Amino acid sequence: MRGVHVLCLGLVGALLLGGPAAASAQTADVQTLRQEIDQLRKELDAIQRQYGERLAALEARLGGQPAGPPVTQPEAPQPATAATPLQGNLPVYGAVSAGSKIFNPDIGMIGNFVSATGESRGGSDAIAPIPFATLQESEASFQAIVDPYARADFFLAIGEEGIEVEEGYVTFPTLPGGLLVKAGKFRASLGRLNAFHNHTLPWVDRPLAMYNLLGGSPLDPDTGIKDAGVSASRLIPAGNLFLEATGEVFRGDSGTVFKSSRRSDVSTVGRLRAYTDITEATNIEVGGSYARGHNELGSDFLTQLYSTDVTLRWRPLSRAIYRSAVARNELFWSRRDEPGAPQQAFGGYASLDYQLARSWFAGGRYDWSERATAAAIADRGSSAVLTFWPSEFSQIRGQYRRTRYGDDGRVANELLVQALFTIGAHGAHPF
Amino acid sequence: MNMKVLIAALTATCLGAVAVDAQSKLNVVTSTEDLASIAREVGGDKVNALALAKGYQDPHFVEAKPSFILAVNRANLYVAVGRELEIGWLPPLLTSSRNAKIQPGAPGYLDASSNVRILEIPTGQITRAMGDVHPLGNPHYWLDSGNGRRIAQAVRDRLGDLSPADRSYFSQRYDDFDRRLAAAEKRWDGAMAPYKGTKLVTYHRSWPNFMERFGLEVIGYVEPKPGIPPSPSHTVDLMETMRRDGVKLIVVEPYFSLRTPQAIANQIGGGTVLVLAPSVGGAKEATDYIQLFDYNVRLLAGALKQATGK
Repeated sequence: MRGVHVLCLGLVGALLLGGPAAASAQTADVQTLRQEIDQLRKELDAIQRQYGERLAALEARLGGQPAGPPVTQPEAPQPATAATPLQGNLPVYGAVSAGSKIFNPDIGMIGNFVSATGESRGGSDAIAPIPFATLQESEASFQAIVDPYARADFFLAIGEEGIEVEEGYVTFPTLPGGLLVKAGKFRASLGRLNAFHNHTLPWVDRPLAMYNLLGGSPLDPDTGIKDAGVSASRLIPAGNLFLEATGEVFRGDSGTVFKSSRRSDVSTVGRLRAYTDITEATNIEVGGSYARGHNELGSDFLTQLYSTDVTLRWRPLSRAIYRSAVARNELFWSRRDEPGAPQQAFGGYASLDYQLARSWFAGGRYDWSERATAAAIADRGSSAVLTFWPSEFSQIRGQYRRTRYGDDGRVANELLVQALFTIGAHGAHPF
Repeated sequence: MNMKVLIAALTATCLGAVAVDAQSKLNVVTSTEDLASIAREVGGDKVNALALAKGYQDPHFVEAKPSFILAVNRANLYVAVGRELEIGWLPPLLTSSRNAKIQPGAPGYLDASSNVRILEIPTGQITRAMGDVHPLGNPHYWLDSGNGRRIAQAVRDRLGDLSPADRSYFSQRYDDFDRRLAAAEKRWDGAMAPYKGTKLVTYHRSWPNFMERFGLEVIGYVEPKPGIPPSPSHTVDLMETMRRDGVKLIVVEPYFSLRTPQAIANQIGGGTVLVLAPSVGGAKEATDYIQLFDYNVRLLAGALKQATGK
């Protein structure tokens, strides 16, 4: 027991004597540690500064900007606003948005600048007028495949004062029974030219017969029957003869030709067209169309249209980019119910367009047409056209147009000039 | 009664047509004659292959004729060149064909460019100031026989998918085509070997794959930019370049005018204009895919021998 006490006293004594010496050594260690930490902190600051400088130089190089002052204290990223110059630390938006762009539709824009000079003497102010200069109708197109069963096409006609859906429709190309169905707003299959967009015409203007008989209006530069509805077409088996029947039902509102006063006042269009290759270079297309709708006088007043069209094309395949010719003829009959006797008007045009060289086209057109609402008045005109294509994406066209107006025999001699220019996706060429 | 007879007759006609169709060969429609030739090589007598564009026709500017709609309407398989070569004419044909089997994404639609070596894929920003550039690369890729082999593989596989009972037949046909192509390639490589590194000029950018295969260097084009007609200033520049580099040969596709190339050849002195076939059918002798290369190599080697004296 006594031995235990001696041991404890010895230990306590040793601790009491040894304490100050250990404390002194610990203080020295802490100081050393502090010095080392200070040193590390300085080194870390130096490394941070070096990295900051390198990063700033790299960002400046990537952004095409000269290297700015070294960045020692990176700031919190600020949200990008329109007023903030887009440089430096931009957020990277990664693959999600990049991938989504793949599914964007093909977007194109076609500008259509038209200018007219010459004497009009008032007549052309009422029939197919064109001012001195106008961005007549620019067309924005959005086209894409919707899903495995459908594709969609939108064509917005952008005039100087507003936007109109010229066409916007969904097409179902995979239906059974060989049917091709369209639904939406689109140009009707009446005759050949009605389905053409303005910029695909071989002339600056549309023929007088389209203006007089298919709903032309001084307020709308884009004459023709176009309306919301459904179209179904089918190939009719006939060996090597292409034979297609089309039936269309519309709401019944189209320019000045059809007007729907009640829901049941729909308009209908039917067309049968045949096509065959005469030779490898020459082909012919013949069509017959009928349209029926109600006019602005009310539900009891019908307007019926009959049309025939013939197109003869020649294009030698081995010289297809240098030589071609197209002859067109369309005839229209309009029977419009009015109080008393109906108005029966007739009109048509014949044209020939010839490609002189890779970039040059020349053509002529003869117009003759009575007026749908005043069949006793017949307007006639003739045009000579010269077109230059600098490339596939632009055209410059000049057209001399001479029109004799039937109401008072006045004559208009006009020079029309057109510049067409395409940006973005360039869709398929119409045939 | 008469109406019933008529309906019965029409129904019988339709059913009969379907039955005949089921027993007949696979209808393969292609954009160009090269693809049709390869389809015939692989498909043999199990397919009817038809090309829409002729070999002597510029494949960029084909008209979407309604007679083509009839052909595509009857197709079991459509083989497209792709890379936007047919962007100006194929989409409306496919839509108007009323044929669900060959719509893009369906088993009956084959983009032949999906497994081949494509050159001249633009990098960086491209604009139409560069002419009618193809954003997805040069679409004239079939003019490398290595790519022809890859196209044949894709056609073999797709025909096998569409007609599994004939899969081994298509494989045998492919193997045979592969053997004949390999033998022909040795012949062509031998004929062109002396002219490796020779410089020449072409009208359009139709030949990068062909020239790369045979080690020839295209130093300029008659077109100032793809799809843009020759201009006087560009022609003068091109002649200076040809004189400086001692280039004597201008290769022209059969669908372009010879006037400007001929004028250049005359102006530089001793120049030669050579019309090669860019596709099967581009010349009378180029009757199939192997004959196409036979024809072009024979003409080109002859012209190069004359120009270089080798």
